[in-house]
Amino acid sequence: MTGHDVVFVLVGLVTAGASILTVTSKNLVHAALHLAVTLAGIAGVFLVLHADFLALVQLIVYVGAVTVLFLFGLMLTRAPIGREALDSQNRGLGIAVAGGLFVTLSTLIVLAYGGQTGATPERVPTEAIGTVIFSHWVLPFEALSMLLLAALIGAILLARREAGDSGETLDQAIIDFGDAPSTEQGRASTPPGELEAGTAEAGTGTRGGEPR
Amino acid sequence: MSPLGPLLLATLLFCVGVYGIIARRNAVLVLMSVELMLNAVNINLVAFQNLLWPLSEDAAVSGQMFALFIIAVAAAEVGVGLAIIFNMFRNRASVNVDDVDLMRW
Repeated sequence: MTGHDVVFVLVGLVTAGASILTVTSKNLVHAALHLAVTLAGIAGVFLVLHADFLALVQLIVYVGAVTVLFLFGLMLTRAPIGREALDSQNRGLGIAVAGGLFVTLSTLIVLAYGGQTGATPERVPTEAIGTVIFSHWVLPFEALSMLLLAALIGAILLARREAGDSGETLDQAIIDFGDAPSTEQGRASTPPGELEAGTAEAGTGTRGGEPR
Repeated sequence: MSPLGPLLLATLLFCVGVYGIIARRNAVLVLMSVELMLNAVNINLVAFQNLLWPLSEDAAVSGQMFALFIIAVAAAEVGVGLAIIFNMFRNRASVNVDDVDLMRW
């Protein structure tokens, strides 16, 4: 068991625990923060596997951007907090399917790759990655840029309001609260004879400012 | 370094994502589970590239390339998915995936 393996086991335990907490926590914001820990742990796994550039991209894109997007999504769509409100009735089905899948896949993996020692991962310089992107993979790279542009425009179009009420002033009811608080205080300190005139004045004022 | 560790970790993450998709009701949490599954695939790609088929001349970093593309596509997917969820919330005042059965036959 080399140092690589020890570091990998530690990082992997953190990642696995945080991922399980992500899908089981009762609080939505806690779930998003556990997801951030999971993604950072995956960046650590990439570092152990000597994929440095990918680890940095993972940190920037996932931990930096996607988690913030998720937090915005959770805060803009208020949802009930609590296990019963967040989980649907088929939790048992979920446990059965996920557990069965995990047992099947892990058995297959141990059978197929159990005896193999594997190579020691070699560091690929970032320069080589750049060269490969712009020589072998340039067409998928351009297609990806078009996809990102399309996703950006589509997201803006979807999240915009409808055309009718975009920037126009709404026909809203103006609620008239009567006099300002300062005049209320002033009226309370006036003697009773002037109070009648004050209320009558306030009444006409309210009627004059009738909501449309 | 044995390839078993990364592969088993990726399997666990994938199955946790499957559980999240089946059992959670909030649409944002379902999107998070999809992200977990995509990340599991990324770990698999990098592990296969670096541990089982290390550097050959032509396809030097293919696994990492695919993982990069998956990260970019997942970011786009999160943007569009959250926009759809906002629309759903505006129309129905709820992000419960059980409530959205308009297209069910």
